[in-house]
Amino acid sequence: MLIIAPFLVPLLTALLSYFVKKRYVAVVNIVGGLLFLVAAMLLLSRVLSEGPQSIAMGNWPWHVAIAFIADPMSAMLVLLIALVANASIIFQLNWYEKKHQATLYPLVQGLIASSVALSLSADLFNLYVWFELMLMSVLGLILLGGGRQHTEAAFKYFSISMLGTLLMLTAIGLIQGATGHLNFSALREIAQQPDMSEPLTLFSGLLFAALLLKLGAFPLFSWIPAAYHTLSAPLLALVGGLLTKISVYVMLRLSGQILDGSALHLAIGWLAVITMISGVLGAAYHWDLRRILAFHIISQVGFMLLGIALASPAGDTGTVVFLFHNILVKANLFLIAGLAWWSLGHYDLRRIGGLFKANPWLSAAFLISAMSLVGVPPSSGFWGKFLLLQETFVQKHYIWGGLALLTGLLTLYSMSKIWLECFWKPLPANNVVKPIPWPLMTTILMMTAVIILFGLFPEPLISTLQTHADFWRIK
Amino acid sequence: MNLVLMVTISGLVSLGVLLLLSRDAFRLVMGLTVLGTAANLVLFFSGRPGSLTAPIIAADASSLTAGAASPLPQALVLTAIVIGFSLLCFALLLTLRLSQQQSHMDVSRYHSSEPLNGNGGDLYQPPILEDK
Repeated sequence: MLIIAPFLVPLLTALLSYFVKKRYVAVVNIVGGLLFLVAAMLLLSRVLSEGPQSIAMGNWPWHVAIAFIADPMSAMLVLLIALVANASIIFQLNWYEKKHQATLYPLVQGLIASSVALSLSADLFNLYVWFELMLMSVLGLILLGGGRQHTEAAFKYFSISMLGTLLMLTAIGLIQGATGHLNFSALREIAQQPDMSEPLTLFSGLLFAALLLKLGAFPLFSWIPAAYHTLSAPLLALVGGLLTKISVYVMLRLSGQILDGSALHLAIGWLAVITMISGVLGAAYHWDLRRILAFHIISQVGFMLLGIALASPAGDTGTVVFLFHNILVKANLFLIAGLAWWSLGHYDLRRIGGLFKANPWLSAAFLISAMSLVGVPPSSGFWGKFLLLQETFVQKHYIWGGLALLTGLLTLYSMSKIWLECFWKPLPANNVVKPIPWPLMTTILMMTAVIILFGLFPEPLISTLQTHADFWRIK
Repeated sequence: MNLVLMVTISGLVSLGVLLLLSRDAFRLVMGLTVLGTAANLVLFFSGRPGSLTAPIIAADASSLTAGAASPLPQALVLTAIVIGFSLLCFALLLTLRLSQQQSHMDVSRYHSSEPLNGNGGDLYQPPILEDK
């Protein structure tokens, strides 16, 4: 029961916040968010003390049941989702433009529930269903904006993601046809039989193509910069922090641990490198805070893909450490960008400035998060990048490692661009700085504190992952 | 049976891709729908098509008789059809909204969420996105 609580709570909150009176919506969402956080913590402590937990729905035998599994890796991911979700809900409740659409909070909670379920699911078809729920929630959130740009963004997002969904559905059908199973553990056993390797490589290639599309890899990432900036900052933090990372997590699980992706690792590695370079170059071109950060999502997804391509326990550990750090830092940076908009009235770096003088605490929070994103030691981003690059060089992929280092340098360039233009530059004439309400500032400081702690004490996390990251890996 | 299936599915896929490559927003949505039908067919016939033995486990047995139809693809395809249907409704409404807000349906000329340039046509300067 504990294992499905982290996504049952958001689903119930979604239902309640649609049906209760408008003045209770805030209470319902805060209570729901806290309950979700508690459930995630309980699940993690249970998993760490008693080992992986699993549940098979409807008491079916394990191999045919719709199953959910929580190992240390996914339980930690659920806890991170809970942190980001709570920060985003607090922001949304205090946000400048109080949205009164009845569907706003149900969609937010639907997005949270589907991300949790995706990280716990151990069934291929179930995965597809949760991906659909996630897609619909994000599209709904984009469309709530109501403007012409929102409809367009949703259309672009929809048409590309829908293609990925159809590819995924076809791949799932073919895998089911070849093996007769959808359950992860059953598939994992079958994938190790030598006579299954040929059809499974082909069909899982199709599945990975769909996942690469969903996580924003090189040729098909255009939906990220087309749509993300049309969301308001609290939603952007949730979507930008979680969406692509959850897909990366699913890919990590499937490519090395359930199905055998070894035939594709070289291709994924090159795609990863091209993804990180193209993302960071897009970020270097843009001046809008939201678009810079949206392009950085692509480049960081490239880093995680590099770890997947390395296909070793050390690569998995590096990928997961980097993924965890990235969820926190990315969400925090989007929230800080939202506060910059709150106090200065614009997202474009050419029109704003002077935030360092006006709000040193916010500036410190940005500096710490930005340095973590770049990977300056001893920030949280350093550890993930260090583990990944170490493994890249151990495996003698010198070109990949060199390009990854170059990407880090270019990330530093666009982060210092934000720092110089938004914080350091004097306030442009005729601009006034609006004060930031304390709940928002407190949220930012708490998120930043978590990021600092992550950077200073990574050892418990890394050692837990080193023992458990290859829990599933095909030997 | 297999040849008919193969021709049907590949015909649907080629029709879907053809429509998908169109620049017209409505045809694009139709292409996705046709491709979705093809995906559903793949899912449906991924089990053991053609078997006439019902997938019922006899009272004294613990597994299906050999060669019985696989019940799983039917359950899967039913779910996929329901999801696909709701996605189609959503897509049609989205296209309707798009056609109300725009003067044309040419997807390659939709630039209001990503304007090409905002500073007097200077391509080397990214546009300033107005946000209220």
